[in-house]
Amino acid sequence: MQHWQATGWLIAGEWRAHPVRIGLAVLAIAVGVALGFAVHMVNSAALASFGRAVASVQGRADLAVRARSAAGLDEALYPRLARLPEVQAISPVVELPASWGRLARPGSQARGGRFTLIGLDPLRALRVTPGLVGLSRAGQSGVGSRPTWQGDAVWLSPALQRATGLQPGDAFTLTAAGRQARFTVMGRLASAGDEAQMAVIDISEAQWRFGQVGRLQRLDLKLAEGAGARLAVQAALPADAVLATPEAEASRADALSRAYRVNLGMLALVALLTGGFLVWSAQALSVARRRPQFALLGVLGLPRAGLVRQLLAEGLLLGLVGAALGVALGHGLAALVVDRFGGDLGGGYFNRAQTRLGFDLAAAFGFGALGLVTALAGSIAPALAAARTAPAQALKGLGDVPDPATAPRAWPSLALLAAGGLAALGPALWGLPLLGYAAMALLLAGGVALMPALARLLLAPLARRGSAWLPLDLAVRRLWGVPQAAALALSGIVASTALMVAMAVMVASFRQSVDDWLIAVLPSDLYLHLEAAEAGGLAPADQARLAQVPGLESVRFQRVISVRIASDQPAVAVMAQSGDLTMPLTAAADAAAPAGTTRALISEPLAWLYGWRVGEVHSLVIGGQQRRLYVAGTWRDYARQWGAIMLPLADYRRLTGDVTATEAAFELKAAADAQTVQAALQAALPAAVQGQAQFGRPAEMRAVALTIFDRSFAVTYALEAIAIIIGLIGVATSFSAQVLARMREFGMLRHVGVPRRQILQMLGLEGAGLGLIGALSGLSLGLVMALVLVRVVNPQSFHWTMDLALPWPLLAGLVAALVICAGGTAVIAGRRALGGQALLAVRADW
Amino acid sequence: MRPDTPSAGPAVAAPVLAATVPAAPVLSAVGLTRAVPLAGGGRRTLFSGVSIALAPGEVVAITGESGVGKSTLLNVIAGLDMADAGEVLIGGRNVAGLAEPARAALRATALGFVFQAFHVLPHLSLARNVALPCLLAGMNAADALARAEATLAEVGLAGRGPDWPAVLSGGELQRVAIARALVHRPGLVLADEPTGNLDPETAGRILHLLLAQARDRGAAVLIVTHSEMVAAAATRVLRLSAGGLLPS
Repeated sequence: MQHWQATGWLIAGEWRAHPVRIGLAVLAIAVGVALGFAVHMVNSAALASFGRAVASVQGRADLAVRARSAAGLDEALYPRLARLPEVQAISPVVELPASWGRLARPGSQARGGRFTLIGLDPLRALRVTPGLVGLSRAGQSGVGSRPTWQGDAVWLSPALQRATGLQPGDAFTLTAAGRQARFTVMGRLASAGDEAQMAVIDISEAQWRFGQVGRLQRLDLKLAEGAGARLAVQAALPADAVLATPEAEASRADALSRAYRVNLGMLALVALLTGGFLVWSAQALSVARRRPQFALLGVLGLPRAGLVRQLLAEGLLLGLVGAALGVALGHGLAALVVDRFGGDLGGGYFNRAQTRLGFDLAAAFGFGALGLVTALAGSIAPALAAARTAPAQALKGLGDVPDPATAPRAWPSLALLAAGGLAALGPALWGLPLLGYAAMALLLAGGVALMPALARLLLAPLARRGSAWLPLDLAVRRLWGVPQAAALALSGIVASTALMVAMAVMVASFRQSVDDWLIAVLPSDLYLHLEAAEAGGLAPADQARLAQVPGLESVRFQRVISVRIASDQPAVAVMAQSGDLTMPLTAAADAAAPAGTTRALISEPLAWLYGWRVGEVHSLVIGGQQRRLYVAGTWRDYARQWGAIMLPLADYRRLTGDVTATEAAFELKAAADAQTVQAALQAALPAAVQGQAQFGRPAEMRAVALTIFDRSFAVTYALEAIAIIIGLIGVATSFSAQVLARMREFGMLRHVGVPRRQILQMLGLEGAGLGLIGALSGLSLGLVMALVLVRVVNPQSFHWTMDLALPWPLLAGLVAALVICAGGTAVIAGRRALGGQALLAVRADW
Repeated sequence: MRPDTPSAGPAVAAPVLAATVPAAPVLSAVGLTRAVPLAGGGRRTLFSGVSIALAPGEVVAITGESGVGKSTLLNVIAGLDMADAGEVLIGGRNVAGLAEPARAALRATALGFVFQAFHVLPHLSLARNVALPCLLAGMNAADALARAEATLAEVGLAGRGPDWPAVLSGGELQRVAIARALVHRPGLVLADEPTGNLDPETAGRILHLLLAQARDRGAAVLIVTHSEMVAAAATRVLRLSAGGLLPS
């Protein structure tokens, strides 16, 4: 027990003597914990809000039968299912993507928005999904003297009511399935929750006004007790219906953003990892400086285990303070981020949902514990090294002098690097690139551990040759002779540079690939896209009218629908395109499509998610029937993370009978003015869809896409910047600690006649040399890690590939900044160390 | 309380070894041999067949040329280094037969140390520096600090307990080191060139203080030195050479 008292005195003394160094180590842990915790809080809050929004739209039924696509199901299924003894109650639902006002691109002033339009039979719905039924305050199905469930009645969810600003009695004009209709707001759907943007009308109105007669998108079911109920329903389903359990819906909501969330979380942990390196570096330097003190304690009777306990207790305290601070900071940061960027941190996944931030105690403990473990892990190696030191040697100041004749061992580092290489070859686990991240961690650890051997190897030629200029000669010999000490300072530079380079290269590669892809997929002069037009777009007459607009050379129409292949995955986009399928392909089949199949192209994410390969034949339910598709090629698609299939429009129309179009690409005549043609096209559109129409020219669409890209990566850049700052702080503290620890050496040099100026030059060269070795090593390591990010982590997370692009000016600037920072820090610390104390230091005790 | 140190705990009342085994020597070393590895391979013998015994209260000086192994001999006696042959008994316990924690406990209770470079911890107050051995020997903090203040007073630093080491002169620092070596009342004090960093006048005063304080507590003192003044103050002087430890 008394050993602990002694430990307490020693730790308090050390912290009092070096508050800045200790404070920085605490801050490094705090920042790492704060980032991890904040990202987790925002993600879980956003996911929970999104989940609540989805649940609101579904009305919390036991089970739902969903149409595979927005085209819906034949309503004959409704009586068939209603007759099943396992079904207690059933409620047919029309569910359509809809819009109000005028939809606009980001930055525009126009007001409007998307929402989900639900058509219900209120009497049926009351038994299955009562939350979706709009009631008057008195609980009657009427407001005032108006019969509520007739004609033009509409109930709005609280979120939609807020967005539109409408009150009961106001008129509400909305567009769905290419048609516009006017309703009267009857009230608010109180039980819809705060998140869902939805409106409810009578089912017959929905079918009649929006061209859905005989069609349903969903059937909500209340099942009888018993294990076989789901199976019985499943057995009764046609090919174009899919059973959606609450679990599958939750899993789909999770799948929507899982990879993005995990990647952000991993980035946050990178900052914590960098903090761990900083703790290690601070502790290792502190141990090196205090080695004679520890030796004295050993002589006085402190056992080795007691010394290890003392140093681990120091690490634990650092971690505890850092973790507590980090959790508090993280909560504040999460609140700020949700307020500024929304629940998806700018990722664009949950833009319909409002995010409510809570405090997750378990996660707070979890991330706090992670901070503690990091701080402890950073303390273990220095503690064991201190315990191994022979006290008698260390007391004479000999124990910490490495023998320049002994070469640092390289094999443990090479083993770590090899293990990292092997891990990078591994597959995704649970749909996530966990082995890829393990590979990056192993590469980083191996690269940092290789520093002493590498520094020795790189400096050997300079050390052999020597230099006539004394400062350079002394600097090189010091770095070559004591590479272990250099490695301590280098670890921070190498770790932060490598992580920074890896992220910068990945983002640059992604951005370049997205830009190239945009140019490739936008070959036309002008594009038209109808928002929220899944259930129906431009009729053939509308298409013909558009095609006759003056100034057009040619037009290609496209119909896009969403189709569910698996109930627990987000729907894939089926894109039927007129003319030839002319996408730039990443793989193509040699053979022609077999008889009885339809030629189709698939996107990379679809190939990855569903295991479809070029040359194979697969089934897809479109037009209510299983169709056989021949996969003729794959194309790179960054727009639809959950997969897309492209078919010839003629085949799609033949298979489905759906002759509408939701998109069009226009080639203009050479003399035509794009602005004039766009105005003419807008005028030629039917009035019902004019508010949904969005025109775009390739240049501006590219600019908007890249703006969205940069906004999505804004958080990434912020996390990266924090990792860099932590790394640079590590460099500064390492150098100043090492320089101050060498005061006796400087005193000796002054005594033998080396002027102060030359000592500062020597320190500057040492610092710059270390910075250069560290930055170049970090650059090399970072490029390897970038390869893992580009070739392993991204494909496994988002299921798309990209080309490697190296932002050389940025990388060169980074290396230069690190060299200048390292050299400058060394000189500044040197000035402090040489401020009169050095001459006395040769006689000092320690 | 540690089971392997019967004299540890609140009863650090001294002199531990003398009280336990009054008639036995404080230190008994027999046939000690130590060789060190050479850079080019092979080994160089520092000393061989060294035997020495110290009675309670005895002051023995060991002299010899630089590099002959005087400090190494002290380290072997303290259990900080291991002899290649021979055995060291402190209070009747074979040091080489003890595990590292037990050797550390033995040093904490039975030995005091004074060094040429004073080795006073810069970030602890003088009182805490002096109280450290008591804590390591198992005493509670309040008692340890009270005894440290008293011992500081005995070495001429009364009321200086709260001061920091940075404000002390070399002579004062060595007084602190002497207080630290004796505060837990060990049976044996090992001193390695205790006056080597001091001017002759201060050295004389410090030596006198060390020997007087040790004598008052009945502790034996084994001093390694080059100083004739120190050797002259010892009750016995032995010279270490490759041939062994012989009377000077």
